[in-house]
Amino acid sequence: MAGSIPASATASTGAAAPRVGPWREAWRRFRKHRLAVVSLVILSVLVLAVLVGPFAWQVPIDEIDFTARLQGPSWAHPMGTDDLGQDILARVLYGGRISLAVGFAAMMVAIFVGVLVGAVAGMAGGRIDAGLMWLTDLFLSLPQLPLLLLIIYLFREGLTQVVGQELGVFILIVIIIGGFNWMQVARLVRAQFFSLREKEFVEAARALGASRLRLVVRHILPNALGPVIVAATIDIAAAIIAESTLSFLGLGFPPDVPTWGRLLFDAKDNLDFAPHWALFPGAMIFLTVLSINFIGDGLRDAFDPRRVIAS
Amino acid sequence: MAQPLLSVRNLVKRFPVRGGVLRRVVDQVHAVDGVGFDLASGETLGLVGESGCGKSTTGRCILRLIEPTSGEVRFEGRDVCALTGNELAAIRRDMQIIFQDPFASLNPRMTVGSIIGEALEIHRLAKTRREREAKVAELLETVGLRPDHMSRFPHEFSGGQRQRIGIARALAVSPKLIICDEPVSALDVSIQAQVINLLEDLQEKFGLSYLFIAHDLSVVEHISDRVAVMYLGRIVEVAPSRDLYAQPLHPYTEALLSAVPIPDPTLKRERIRLQGDIPSPMNPPSGCHFHTRCPIAEKGLCDVAAPDFREATSGHWVACHKRG
Repeated sequence: MAGSIPASATASTGAAAPRVGPWREAWRRFRKHRLAVVSLVILSVLVLAVLVGPFAWQVPIDEIDFTARLQGPSWAHPMGTDDLGQDILARVLYGGRISLAVGFAAMMVAIFVGVLVGAVAGMAGGRIDAGLMWLTDLFLSLPQLPLLLLIIYLFREGLTQVVGQELGVFILIVIIIGGFNWMQVARLVRAQFFSLREKEFVEAARALGASRLRLVVRHILPNALGPVIVAATIDIAAAIIAESTLSFLGLGFPPDVPTWGRLLFDAKDNLDFAPHWALFPGAMIFLTVLSINFIGDGLRDAFDPRRVIAS
Repeated sequence: MAQPLLSVRNLVKRFPVRGGVLRRVVDQVHAVDGVGFDLASGETLGLVGESGCGKSTTGRCILRLIEPTSGEVRFEGRDVCALTGNELAAIRRDMQIIFQDPFASLNPRMTVGSIIGEALEIHRLAKTRREREAKVAELLETVGLRPDHMSRFPHEFSGGQRQRIGIARALAVSPKLIICDEPVSALDVSIQAQVINLLEDLQEKFGLSYLFIAHDLSVVEHISDRVAVMYLGRIVEVAPSRDLYAQPLHPYTEALLSAVPIPDPTLKRERIRLQGDIPSPMNPPSGCHFHTRCPIAEKGLCDVAAPDFREATSGHWVACHKRG
């Protein structure tokens, strides 16, 4: 209210309840979701750790020390060491950057493509809808692994020459994982659009002369997003795991780049005598996926004003 | 009579029924089958009939929320069906709609302020945010709500209050005609009266015209100047409200009226019970649509030719071979 004339300001608010914007209201509701808040804290700590951790824990990720092979957690190596004596904490911190970045970026690609395809199909109907759904089914039925092999074989060289090895592989992996995970979202969004566009509040907006874009952006999409948010959190988890699979097959990042998935697969042969090796990266994936899921639940509830949230 | 505000002629809407593997059109639902009427400025025309007789489809065709199959809709002399783009958007300032279900007709994710303010936004009726809020506050007061309700969400209101929000949204663009699509059918009887009275007050204040769609004859009697009775996609009788209730001509209207409950248990009255169900609009009966259930139908006449719509007494129109 700064800058306004005090008299008019008090007159206009009067007995009215304090006005809150939709974002502040959503934040207020989100805070009441205890698990979501705890999860948000955990995820923030994880993100912060992988961002600044490598600067604080300055042990190199590839320092080989055969005198300290497969050691359990100690002060020198809080998460132990692997079969080459490399420090697992340093590798987990560094790998988290890649895993989290791949997870979020691939989720964004999947959600973007999925919402776009679903929205266009749901709004257009008829032949366009039939064509897009045909495309969706096609993607669902494609054998993914041989195709991944082919795509990476075809494009890795060219892309890495242009933007450098790590970035090139990153872009490729994000596009591939995102490009093979949008189908569920598209179907979800299309179904939501079909039911929502017949609703009376959409009809009312049409009667007011709202454009198609406005109908979609203001009325249909916001009401369709609940399940999409949940799907998005699952997609992040799926992407982190998919990246592990790719790395394992030698299709992802080079073997010397530690990602969480890569660390897990490297550890699997040593589970009997060095369980800590698998435990720590596994716990990271577990914590990330779980907290993202809870945050998704919290977000869905916070953005749905109908849902009464008990304090 | 001077030029009517709204003039509908031979309005037809058929919905295709698709079937088979190729999704070919196998049949058609004759939802609206040649409806015509005039509506004068400041007048209320009641439109009554059973569920599925095409009342709501007629209303939506007039607004072009549904594209009519054929026919003519003229608003202030302009052909609504021929308008496109900007012209269509412009005419939507003059014609608005109030819906039946106050729970489905408000976007659950928008505040009341932005629901009502959206109309102002679309038609650029407020320059600044402050001006828009002032107008929304004024509209809320007009429909009997408080300005501070603006920041709340629809689910925080009762059915009657929600219906008032819907009315405020329709009023925001200062329309001349409001199509009320069963605006009180979903409300409690006590609330119905409040909303009806509000609609009447608004009509007086803003000089509105209403096309009042309902299936409850007693509600329509109270608010309408004239009443049109629909059966299976066609209008069977139009008359000034008082005439229609005192002297119904069409046998269908008689049957409808005899079904209206009278709040006096000692009063006995003959109840006309119609036989059978309403025929399928996919395959309407030949001749007069009503002949399959009509107590006075004549074989060889009513099942062969559709009756003309003619003026029996002044202003009282009926479509029946045997009456009028």
